[in-house]
Amino acid sequence: MPNKQSNVYKGLAAAPGISIAQAYLFKKEIEFISSANIEDVDEALRILDEALEKSKKELNKVFSLAIDKLGEKRAAIFEAQIMILDDPILIDTIKNRIKTEKKTSEFIVNDEISKYQSMMDTVNEPYMKERSQDIEDIKLRIVRNIKKKKWQSHITDEVIVVTDNLTPADTVLFSRANIKGYVTNFGGLTSHAAIIARSLHIPAVLGLHDATAKINDSDLVIVDGYRGEVVIRPTEEQLDYYRKRIENLTQYDEELSKLKDLPAETLDGREISLLANLDISEEVDLIVSNGANGIGLIRTEQLFEELDQFPTEEEQFEWYTRIAEEIYPDIAIIRVLDIGGDKILPVDVQEANPFLGWRGIRFLLDNKQLFKTQLRAILRASVHKNIKVMLPMVASITEVRQSKEILEECKNELKYEKYSFDNNIELGIMVEIPSAAVLAHEFAKEVSFFSIGTNDLIQYLLAVDRGNEIVSNLYQEFHPSVIRTIDFIIKEGKRHNVFVSICGEMASDQIAIPLLIGLGLDSLSVSPALIPVTKQIIRNISYEEVQKLVEKCLAAVTEHEVKNLVTAYFDKNIKTHLKSFFVNG
Amino acid sequence: MIEREVKIINNAGLHTRPAATIVKLAAQYKSEFFIHKDGLNINGKSIIGVMTLAAEKGSTLKLTFDGPDEEEAANEIIAYFERGFDEL
Repeated sequence: MPNKQSNVYKGLAAAPGISIAQAYLFKKEIEFISSANIEDVDEALRILDEALEKSKKELNKVFSLAIDKLGEKRAAIFEAQIMILDDPILIDTIKNRIKTEKKTSEFIVNDEISKYQSMMDTVNEPYMKERSQDIEDIKLRIVRNIKKKKWQSHITDEVIVVTDNLTPADTVLFSRANIKGYVTNFGGLTSHAAIIARSLHIPAVLGLHDATAKINDSDLVIVDGYRGEVVIRPTEEQLDYYRKRIENLTQYDEELSKLKDLPAETLDGREISLLANLDISEEVDLIVSNGANGIGLIRTEQLFEELDQFPTEEEQFEWYTRIAEEIYPDIAIIRVLDIGGDKILPVDVQEANPFLGWRGIRFLLDNKQLFKTQLRAILRASVHKNIKVMLPMVASITEVRQSKEILEECKNELKYEKYSFDNNIELGIMVEIPSAAVLAHEFAKEVSFFSIGTNDLIQYLLAVDRGNEIVSNLYQEFHPSVIRTIDFIIKEGKRHNVFVSICGEMASDQIAIPLLIGLGLDSLSVSPALIPVTKQIIRNISYEEVQKLVEKCLAAVTEHEVKNLVTAYFDKNIKTHLKSFFVNG
Repeated sequence: MIEREVKIINNAGLHTRPAATIVKLAAQYKSEFFIHKDGLNINGKSIIGVMTLAAEKGSTLKLTFDGPDEEEAANEIIAYFERGFDEL
């Protein structure tokens, strides 16, 4: 592969897609701020007022554009910026300083606003750094307008924007031109810019540190938003390679469209419900176009993280309703908030063992109001009867019973408030704690579906922290105890006609799929992009044969034995049917 | 002058949106309004000032109101803090 070359730089894969285009170097440094003394104070004040007015106009434009493109919620970040231009304390101080110090207005504006930024920078919190960036944006905007410089907005179409740091305002403004990609020196995966790039479907690689130094204006650049790589001044060989990848992606899309309306059915007619996991709402399109049978797991954490606060019932209601309507008549399973463990808790709690601590359903039962807000929003979005609720990290029957009581409480409230909802909304659990697996028979009497969360199940079953490099090789999805446990959960579930699905990473492991189908799962839930390839695998499986494979695997006693069995099956029966999908590898 | 201690009770803390709302509320009154935290005295009518405050859930702020309509201003703004910025 022509990739390991010195002109390939690695950053964060912030938004997927591949583009080849010329670079447009977007520089926002202030060229020069004059600290000269001035004679005409009135003139300086007039220039300042004009600059403030101009800035306000610009930002209002960004604001309304952002509402269109991103929705009111995400656009709200610009409102505070507009307010700063009217901040009576700030503006009065700046004007007084111009009068008394008799310095240029650009100098005073820069100096005064920078004071606030240094206060923010002393706080060791990522969100305060982000806030300081927002302030930087407004400061540069005022200074630029004082100097009567034009916004560099005359971008010719089809360029890749290369810049130090992308502010939300930049991202939105650029979106009007047909931007092919973003490359930045700074910025993380959860920065506003990354989120906005994803929702605008523009490939982005962020955090390259010195992109602006390495890339010249008009250089040909390749942005690979899947791998987080940027190729600067590519060789013919590299261009061929990437053009081929883009072509393959297009071909791949065509292949997909053929599979889209075909069922996920084995050669001998066993139909599997093939569902998708959803992290961000923009993925619904992809889920539908890839031909999934519904959404097997909506992770609501993202919604909470994106808003950096707990969303209100209305906000959640809108979000869930939109997804429910877009996926209708297929179903969507909403997992209530699962924070804790490796996901950051929104409240300041230090735990010695977060994975064994306050997370999932435990956190929700202790924060009943928050739990109720979410359940009420889910219920209200269930009017089309295609929504189910799922509880994460369940260890005991009591937790399910308590949750049911709270659900009933919410239903009664909603009835009283005359809201309509699906009174028979189905409740299920994630089976991811060994105690829930052991009690699968009893849980099956309480709920209507199981979703096996393999990531946590394996880690709790084998007592291995995946994130701990020293022991991570002991995290084995083909460990015989894992296979036997999944087998037990499915068998117990079936005794009570409980619908059993699997939503962990194991379901995304191509080699594991025949084994999982053989175990008798009703459904697999995988990431949206993997729907077609998973379908292709299922369509080449003989259910009868994989049941025999399961028998052999259940008799095995080491991970090695199981792995050999599943690999041999995969190589013999599946691999040849996947050629076209491996091209993109 | 009215002086009151308030606690941040919403999970996300004093982030940009409540900061903007506080400033908008304060702007309706003639009285001076200050927020005191960690030795900083921030004018509550200044959005950029309020944005410099890093106030997490559980932290305590001192609010002071001084002027002809200090009581009304205090009532409305303190109530907003006590409602957890309407995010509970």
